Amino acid sequence: MEKNIMVFLEYKKGKLQDVSKELLSKARTLAKKLGSKVLGLAVGYNLKNLPELGEYGADKIIYVSNKELSLYRSLPFAKVVISAILHYKPYIVLFGATHVGRDLAPRVASNLQLGLTADCTELKIGDYRAGKILYKDQLLQIRPAWGGNIIATIVSPESIPSMATVREGVIAIDEITPGKKADVEEFCVEFSKQELLTEIIEQSIEEKDVDLKGAKIVIGAGMGAADDHIMELIFNLAKLLKAEVGGSRPIIDAGYLSPHRQIGQTGVTIRPNLYIAMGISGQIQHLVGIMNSKRIIAINKDPEAPIFEVAHYRIVGDLKDVLPMMIKAYKGILKKS
Amino acid sequence: MSFNMVVLVKQVPDTSNIVEDAMKPDGTVNRDALPAIINPEDLCALEEAIKIKENSGGTITVISMGPPKAEDALRYCLCMGADKAILLSDRKFAASDTLATSYTLAKAIEKLPCFDIIFCGRQAIDGDTAQVGPQVAEKLNINQLTYVFNIAQLTKEYIVVKRDIGDGYEVCKSPLPVLLTISSKANTPRPPSVKRAMAYKNLKAQKGDNGLILLWDHNSIGADPNRCGLKGSKTRVKKVENVVLKTFDKKDIQPTLDCISGLLKELMEDHIIG
Ligand SMILES: Cc1cc2nc3c(=O)[nH]c(=O)nc-3n(C[C@H](O)[C@H](O)[C@H](O)COP(=O)(O)OP(=O)(O)OC[C@H]3O[C@@H](n4cnc5c(N)ncnc54)[C@H](O)[C@@H]3O)c2cc1C
Repeated sequence: MEKNIMVFLEYKKGKLQDVSKELLSKARTLAKKLGSKVLGLAVGYNLKNLPELGEYGADKIIYVSNKELSLYRSLPFAKVVISAILHYKPYIVLFGATHVGRDLAPRVASNLQLGLTADCTELKIGDYRAGKILYKDQLLQIRPAWGGNIIATIVSPESIPSMATVREGVIAIDEITPGKKADVEEFCVEFSKQELLTEIIEQSIEEKDVDLKGAKIVIGAGMGAADDHIMELIFNLAKLLKAEVGGSRPIIDAGYLSPHRQIGQTGVTIRPNLYIAMGISGQIQHLVGIMNSKRIIAINKDPEAPIFEVAHYRIVGDLKDVLPMMIKAYKGILKKS
Repeated sequence: MSFNMVVLVKQVPDTSNIVEDAMKPDGTVNRDALPAIINPEDLCALEEAIKIKENSGGTITVISMGPPKAEDALRYCLCMGADKAILLSDRKFAASDTLATSYTLAKAIEKLPCFDIIFCGRQAIDGDTAQVGPQVAEKLNINQLTYVFNIAQLTKEYIVVKRDIGDGYEVCKSPLPVLLTISSKANTPRPPSVKRAMAYKNLKAQKGDNGLILLWDHNSIGADPNRCGLKGSKTRVKKVENVVLKTFDKKDIQPTLDCISGLLKELMEDHIIG
């Protein structure tokens, strides 16, 4: 049997979401190991540029187009995914751990009585031994558990396909193959009234005021920066460095920054060249969001703060003193050059 | 107008309080080593149900699957304002993943004479999966609305809610019956009533069909033991590791203008900043 990998492609207003591109890229790596193909499942209405998804790693796009699928709704989308799984018999099915993926995947898993692992941060192929039985080529579904204090590897050896939702931003899109085209195959699903129960009356999308994921330099503000004057200095420095400002969960809860700016397990995962942690203690739930940074500077007045375990450059000091120094030092360098 | 409401709650270990011996060597969780609380968003779900009961009338049945001590959680829900509670407790339910859990909960709900709305918390803090709600809805073959933070309108025929969609929200309408998952944004759950707390102080879960907290096992709900607990679970834990994050190549930078200038210059030379 061919061990194909199906990726649910999530569209919003006709735009493919980043997490779907990340999943295609990951699926290509896994499919190479399995000697199999990557099937993208595109569900929507009038979707464009499907063959081009070959560049991210899709071999074939299964395209389900229907007016009823213009906006995401649980029941018709679940029916499409269930029908596609039954028809194409994939070995693995991946979803983004987004609001859509986390609403859809469990409904599908329940219907087909499949295992499902939520919020994976890494996927691998490997073997699993249970007593005398060796299960080969399992999808190893790796996720934080217990508030992030441990990392668990989950398998679902007896239920095929293996299904997982994967966090946005945790997988790097490794290579793009320019010009590679995927085959597109239309797949038809009809709906009954009983599957069209939800009526969407209105949608209100807030434009994101920031893109932390793509930023080259990110300054992270923690509770040590919970002070209007310090925040002002942070934004001044950010402007000079052309950096984006993010923060820890409590500083966002305290209202200093918008929720889009939260970094960590329940926020975004960043991969900048430089991360500057300002007044952040370095709890594990924050660290998992910053560990892909190339360099980390930490500034904290507590020399024992756990953030110093992961920082390349450690500055023990008070932000009130260190921030003005950084601004002055950088201005000085700019003047000279 | 009155509504038959079901609220699904879970007793969870307080994960903000992890202690050393919380994990057993086989990777399962030593729940006894951690203080037990009611999953916070399940209380938000119950609060929404109580608000409806106050405004329109109705009855609230709270259901929990868990060990015998989960009866504490149910007693708390009664004190908050639920009318009746059911504890699904059976060795056969142990080590359920979300699939087996949703099967068991759905079987119990099917035993109830009727329901209009099922409420769940958005997700539980011990697993963070958010899967059980949608899976229960699927098993009962009813519609689901997840990430709900506001109930805008409710009639005997339909409900209108506001739900989060990640980068914003949507307003949507569904006929009843429906399953809702409620997020913490929805409300602040009320404290338990002191009067009820006194009255229910010695309340225990009991077998059979009489009492405020009913104790049901797999026979009571006609569940197939092969679909419950570990047997009915499709996921297996291969291994668990403690997370240790460390960087090895570290430098101390003194908090002086010269040292910080030096650091910034180094980063510029390496094209990290520019
Ligand atoms: C399930 C779960 C999910 C979570 N998800 C996230 C998440 O996604 N992101 C996240 O960030 N957190 C998350 N958390 C919270 C996390 O556990 C920590 O509570 C949080 O990261 C701590 O934020 P902090 O470092 O800003 O605050 P604190 O821990 O309060 O640390 C403040 C630091 O600032 C230092 N400081 C104070 N004043 C100064 C000063 N003047 N100058 C210099 N240093 C100073 C202090 O020494 C201290 O180290 C989550 C928690 C749970 C349980």
